[in-house]
Amino acid sequence: MNREQLVEELKQQIIEQLNLQVQPADIVASDPLFNEGLGLDSIDALELIVLMQQKYRIKLANAEDGPKIFQSVDTMADFILANQTPQAG
Amino acid sequence: MYINGASAISPLPVFDALSSGIDFIPGEGKRLTASEPAYNNLIDPRLSRRMSRVIRMGVATAMDALRQAGVSNPDAIITGTAYGCLEDTGIFLKRLVENGEEMLTPTAFIQSTHNTVGAQVALLLKCHSYNNTYVQRAQSFERSLQDARLWITENPGAAVLVGAADELTDFSYALLERFGLFRHQSGGEGAAYFLVTDNPSEKSWARIEQVSTLFEPGLEELHDLTTALLGGASGPVDLLLSGEEETDYNAYQYAELSTLLSSEMPVIRYKKYCGTYPTATAFASWLAAWWLKAGKVEVDGIQLPNPRRILIYQADPSGYHSFILLAAC
Repeated sequence: MNREQLVEELKQQIIEQLNLQVQPADIVASDPLFNEGLGLDSIDALELIVLMQQKYRIKLANAEDGPKIFQSVDTMADFILANQTPQAG
Repeated sequence: MYINGASAISPLPVFDALSSGIDFIPGEGKRLTASEPAYNNLIDPRLSRRMSRVIRMGVATAMDALRQAGVSNPDAIITGTAYGCLEDTGIFLKRLVENGEEMLTPTAFIQSTHNTVGAQVALLLKCHSYNNTYVQRAQSFERSLQDARLWITENPGAAVLVGAADELTDFSYALLERFGLFRHQSGGEGAAYFLVTDNPSEKSWARIEQVSTLFEPGLEELHDLTTALLGGASGPVDLLLSGEEETDYNAYQYAELSTLLSSEMPVIRYKKYCGTYPTATAFASWLAAWWLKAGKVEVDGIQLPNPRRILIYQADPSGYHSFILLAAC
């Protein structure tokens, strides 16, 4: 999966996981996810951490990195690409 | 205790009753599902996206009751619920099993607790006042009313938001049906909230005159309470809103009460409109208040002009009996 596909997949997963009333096309990948932008909050942050763990098998080693990783869909995609281990088989 | 705003969501479409009236059509089938309004105009979609049905029903009726009464921040929020937030509880438990107790998402867990409806109302209002939820099966709403009365007695002038909410999910319906609960009756659900104060206003719908409860009473106990209730009432009762079902385990107790009141008294069985659920008396209270406000009862072939007092009686199969007496203002 290339980066562009990953960004689109992330948008869809975020909408489903957080039950957002928007379409993937409404989310600008570089826009902030929290406060302004999509207006997500701390509960959503926990949901995104679980999403990252469940779908991409990536655990956040340091919680302090959270704000940087979850700043936007773009930063999430970059983090996944940099940390994802290839699936066996 | 005066009702200055009242709102309900039930299988009978009543949420917009103030503007559209009520078309009294009994529910059909074994499961009556609440007729819900479009929530987008009532709750911010950014907030409602996390809410399950019971939370949305509770929050919408609570906000509507406050709006009618012109109260923006109540002095207390008191809620009754028997089942609590079943949908979120089910989601959380399912994920717990599926994910081997790991990687659980927080939303369903946070919203699985029984006090979520009252808490969400407080969060939306930024209300830091007294907030309590009563969970006592078929007396959850009655306990809430009694607490509201205590609160108003101790805090004269207080505006208290009191109500109840219960939902039926696919899973709970299947389980309760297997237990035989819906053999002779339809399952139901709904929410109703009331804004109550100690003094009447031009907005008042009705007055809650008495709330009494019994657990597994014998006929003598039922007789004694009814006699005391009628003795303490401000006048004769005009209508009995009965929780009796078509085939009822407690039919003899309903019959006894009807005899004690008057064999001539009109009786309306309210559960054919809302189905059976533990806090159905909240819907019945809304209905009674609606008729007292309207100054007439026209349903089931009954034409009752100017009703002054309506008694709600429910004898739940769990053994909990409740009496709520409402009077016109």
